[in-house]
Amino acid sequence: MSNNYLDIIRPGINTTFQDKGRDHLYHIGIPFSGAMDNRNYLIANKLVNNNLDSAVIEFAYQGPHIKYSGEKINFAITGDVIFSINKKDTEIEGNCYESYQIENGDEINILSTNKSVYGYLALGGEFDLKFQWNSYSINTKANIGSNDGKKLDVRQRINLKKINSNKDIKKTNYVNTKIENIRVIKGTNFDYFSEKGKKIFYEKEFTVSKLSDRMGMRLEGPKIENIVDTNIKSEGLIKGVIQVPADGNPIIMLSDHGTIGGYPKIGVVASVDYDRLVQISPGSKIKFKEINLSDAETLFKLYEMETKNLLSQI
Amino acid sequence: MIKNISNLGDAALYCDFGNEVNKSINSQVIKYFKTIKEKKLEGINNLTPSYNKLIISYDLRKTNFKEVKKFIENINIENSEKTKSKKLEIPVCCQKNFSMDIKRLEEILKLSREKILKNFFNKEYFCYMTGFIAGMPFLGDLDKNMRAQRLETPRVKVPKGSVAVTEQFANIYTFESPGGWNILGNTPLDVFDSSKEEKPNLINPGDTVIFKEITLDEYNNFNE
Repeated sequence: MSNNYLDIIRPGINTTFQDKGRDHLYHIGIPFSGAMDNRNYLIANKLVNNNLDSAVIEFAYQGPHIKYSGEKINFAITGDVIFSINKKDTEIEGNCYESYQIENGDEINILSTNKSVYGYLALGGEFDLKFQWNSYSINTKANIGSNDGKKLDVRQRINLKKINSNKDIKKTNYVNTKIENIRVIKGTNFDYFSEKGKKIFYEKEFTVSKLSDRMGMRLEGPKIENIVDTNIKSEGLIKGVIQVPADGNPIIMLSDHGTIGGYPKIGVVASVDYDRLVQISPGSKIKFKEINLSDAETLFKLYEMETKNLLSQI
Repeated sequence: MIKNISNLGDAALYCDFGNEVNKSINSQVIKYFKTIKEKKLEGINNLTPSYNKLIISYDLRKTNFKEVKKFIENINIENSEKTKSKKLEIPVCCQKNFSMDIKRLEEILKLSREKILKNFFNKEYFCYMTGFIAGMPFLGDLDKNMRAQRLETPRVKVPKGSVAVTEQFANIYTFESPGGWNILGNTPLDVFDSSKEEKPNLINPGDTVIFKEITLDEYNNFNE
């Protein structure tokens, strides 16, 4: 029995444990998973003095309402999130990118993400969770990972097996930047599409559909015409691949994607833009912009350096 | 042999073995897959073998396209040990409630139920790849007169264990999932078991599979 635990009063819409994800399993059909927005995941852990690969609670749109029981512990929330901390007699409006200390009986109420999709809640310590294939990440489609591979549910209790002794309060001034132009590298089936289709892909706006989730982001817009074949022989996928099925509407593969797919690949999102891509909420408009491989590699290096700098300043 | 290597985005290598789907090309893909996997190159995250492609994804923090490409081009496949493959028998019950699409297949293939099942069971299958959902095997090849397109509208929920066909392939739904293949029957066997961390997949690329028809009683008593 643990003396430190969380009770879920309201689970939120899609609340899961996530970490760095799991690799070396695509060949048996298990995707990467892991925190969708990796940078915000890392910052959350750093703010509460955790190891950077610790599990955090990821939520989408509406977050969980949690009651904490146990000895004092720090927590931090990252993303663009509206939340409050309810103590015995007071309610405090919380700020993201700032750690807070809570004690027995305090509640964290994560109301919503603000014009974005994912937010992260890190607690200064370690959750008592099942580690499967080198990761705590939950894949709700295959029921893999901690919590029996299921979303967090109401009235559920989550135990902590350890609380950090370092309880320094930390803060950083990070601001999430939004992007509308997603940089992409030409896909392996780019020539399956008509000249007009290619033009549409790079020049027109697409709207993010409500049917988007951790598996994929569906887009709606002018149809991208295929002139070769609307199917290919099924082959591997990676996150960021943009497939165009027969209906002409692109789908971007996200972290929980099926490992094999049979639709032509028009492009692949550059790694540098992945964290910000997943935060684009349904109804928003996006545009694709072509870049070459070497620029994509350089931009990712810079992005990684920036992330490292951010973390070292916390 | 690999005909062409290109990049799939900035974090994966796309090895193209051609466009045909046959055992000999697929065996090449699997050979490469197993050899590269054993070498455990720093930075490689995942290998996805399929009919005639091998996708190698890597961590862009640790390596890049140029490095991985060079490694693949210099790899010696001939010297790799002969890879082991298994021969498996999968029990399938085709009782009415399980063979959801048999009527549809009778119409499309213009064959009787008996004939369809006879063709299906009277055959040895080769596992080309596993994936899409965890542990799902893609098995081939069905005879030409057994090839049907997938459903126009995929099912939202295909029951776990469903054994289904489309075009020249058969597969097994390792857990409940959406899907559009034509369902012939159901196996009581756990084809994917996530509690086995070492070997969660019963069927792996390169394995041979035969299906064996069982009665409803045998199905119900299977796990006892």
